[in-house]
Amino acid sequence: MPTKIEKDAISGQDTTGHEWDGIKELNTPLPKWWLYTYYATIVWSLAYYVFYPAWPTLSGHTGGLLGWTMRGEIAEQMSAAQASQAPMVSKIAAASLEDIRKSADLRGYAMAGGRSAFGVQCAPCHGAGGAGAKGFPNLVDDNWIWGGTLDEIYTTIQYGVRNANDKSRLSQMPRFGADGVLDSKQINDVAEFVLSLSKRSTDPAAVTRGAVVFAENCVACHQEGGTGNQELGAPNLAANIWIYGGDKATIVETIRNSRQGSMPAWAERLDDATVKMLAVYVHGLGGGK
Amino acid sequence: MDGGSTGEGRHAPSIQVDDAISTKVQKAAQPLYSARIKVHPKAVSGTFRSLKWIVLGLCLAVYYGAPWLRWDRGPAAPGQAILIDMPGRKAYFFMIEIWPQEVYFLTGLLVLAAIILFLVTSLFGRLWCGYACPQTVWTDLFMLVELWIEGDRNARIKLDAAPNSVSKFAKRVAKHASWVLIAMATGGAWVLYFGDAPTVLPEIFTGSASFTQYFFIGLFTATTYTLAGLAREQVCTYMCPWPRFQSAMLDDQSYVVTYEGWRGEPRGKLAKKTDGSDPWAGRGDCVDCNSCVATCPTGIDIRDGQQLECIGCGLCVDACNVVMDKVGRPRGLIRFDTLANQQARACGQSPTHHFIRPRTILYAAVLALVGSVMLAALLMRTTVELNVLRDRNPLYVTLVDGRIRNAYTVHILNKTHAQHRYVLHVEGVPDAVISTIEIEGAGGSLELAAKPDAVASERIFVTAPLSGLKNAASTKVVFRLEETSDGGRARYESVFLAPGR
Repeated sequence: MPTKIEKDAISGQDTTGHEWDGIKELNTPLPKWWLYTYYATIVWSLAYYVFYPAWPTLSGHTGGLLGWTMRGEIAEQMSAAQASQAPMVSKIAAASLEDIRKSADLRGYAMAGGRSAFGVQCAPCHGAGGAGAKGFPNLVDDNWIWGGTLDEIYTTIQYGVRNANDKSRLSQMPRFGADGVLDSKQINDVAEFVLSLSKRSTDPAAVTRGAVVFAENCVACHQEGGTGNQELGAPNLAANIWIYGGDKATIVETIRNSRQGSMPAWAERLDDATVKMLAVYVHGLGGGK
Repeated sequence: MDGGSTGEGRHAPSIQVDDAISTKVQKAAQPLYSARIKVHPKAVSGTFRSLKWIVLGLCLAVYYGAPWLRWDRGPAAPGQAILIDMPGRKAYFFMIEIWPQEVYFLTGLLVLAAIILFLVTSLFGRLWCGYACPQTVWTDLFMLVELWIEGDRNARIKLDAAPNSVSKFAKRVAKHASWVLIAMATGGAWVLYFGDAPTVLPEIFTGSASFTQYFFIGLFTATTYTLAGLAREQVCTYMCPWPRFQSAMLDDQSYVVTYEGWRGEPRGKLAKKTDGSDPWAGRGDCVDCNSCVATCPTGIDIRDGQQLECIGCGLCVDACNVVMDKVGRPRGLIRFDTLANQQARACGQSPTHHFIRPRTILYAAVLALVGSVMLAALLMRTTVELNVLRDRNPLYVTLVDGRIRNAYTVHILNKTHAQHRYVLHVEGVPDAVISTIEIEGAGGSLELAAKPDAVASERIFVTAPLSGLKNAASTKVVFRLEETSDGGRARYESVFLAPGR
């Protein structure tokens, strides 16, 4: 505790009254400008309590006279951004896909808007560059399950694949192994035949046997030579491009249990202009027909 | 150099630990901060003063006039001779046009300016400081205004000391108002370099110019008023780094403003001899009239020798010559000369001067080198540039027919003022086909277009069979761009990636 405040003979300043082993400390005040600036900031901060949301209450918080909220500000910025995009977006909503494709302006805008929407909605499954992943088709190549024209891509995005939407793309491969349609040997043989379609088979005898199994069970959808059928959503088996992987074990697994990948119907979640822009963007990734 | 009242106090006082009171007293006698002594330069006339007026006039004419020069670049580019087009990301200087990719020209220009400064300083001393530096030019202009409104040195000193009155107040207001007007003109002219001058100027006055423009006008008004009106010689002495190291460029063969001490000393007031004997006998030519000190814009005494504060303007030379004429002694007691010449004359030898010295040869050589590199770069500047950025996600794509496709984003920089068509060739990948999503290229080439003075951006695909690739994983690929009419060319090397075999 300060005991004895005294005036220092040399500087004329008061001491703090502390004393340690005969050493005393001058009580040098803060610079005035600093002190008053500090007081000013305190006064300034009080204004925040009045004008901005500040104190928690039982059911929320004090609102502040300005009525400002961070969410409100974001909503304002978002609606301002949407307003500035509105002229182009409404043009895209009104134009046909073919018109968008032909107009450099609309196409440029659709590519940019599509890229942005793709990054948010599609990239989690199909990858930021559209290269896909196991179970999620590559959108950059020219191999399409449901068709690669602008209209087909647009339809696929609108209604999705194997979902609850009435217009959903739907293809159902039987579970040949699990449901007992084919036995293990037949599955092995037909898998060898599928490998042979992309010239990767090592067992010619199994391929010959597998060709018969294929002709009886698979050809209706996957077509002669395994080239697939986009109207039925039957993938091309001859291109050596695989959604789930092209090694024999994976092919056997696919035949045995089938695959049931699904995609949401984006028309239920996004406005039509965005779906159109996504279609133009995906078409423009490189594989569009 | 360290003259003045505190000269003695600069020596560290011997601190006596026991006697704290005496320490305190000694400390009080040695302030850490010395207040500015206001400089009231006296008007003078003579060769150097005239020269300074001419240079001042030229500098101001260039500064205020240059934005109004026109240069026809056709309809696609602005018609202002000197223009920094920030939104368009381009700089124009007469026939030269610089894109952001070529900002090294600006670097080169700054290097060139620095070396020219070094060379000129080693030859002629601080010509830049005394004549061409904006600080000197605007300070001189502000002093001229001060002279017209408040009168010469003595009148100004008297006015400073005078009690407040209406006339003093009026003079002060007139002076500062004129300064602010000049400062605003300075800021106003600055923004004309960043936009079309005939368009921008009326906009400024009608209040329809942009915030950025008003901000910079305000900024340059404030800095001009503060630096040329209030700070003046303190800018040179305390703020500017150049005076601190310019002495490294000077030697005894450099022309500087010097006082011929051997001739002037011992100085003294000229006493009339009643006995008719020579009044100049046994004394120097300096009559200690203080004219040189009174005219100095930085308020120093040149008779103390070379010093940091001296900006080498030579006004003291003019002042001294006037006095020497009056007292009938030869001119040139203070003169623009080299230290070696002064030394030679002091010893009665004839002065010899060498412009060509290792130092000046070196500076000239570096100058020639940098200048020719710049010139060569400027002459070889291309009108078209090609940048190719390859897609990294995915690195490559396998197509249904087994071919491999790589995607690239191609940027064509068309630096001309006309629309051009180009053919893009891809080389190094056997049987490669080049295409965009809309255009199918014929073989290894593709036709593209670029608008005048713009960057054309196109995503292209290069597709090739895997069998043709010698080293499948990575193949060097060369993109060659050919302009179809003027033959402009550019190339870019990249790689074509494929799955390893």
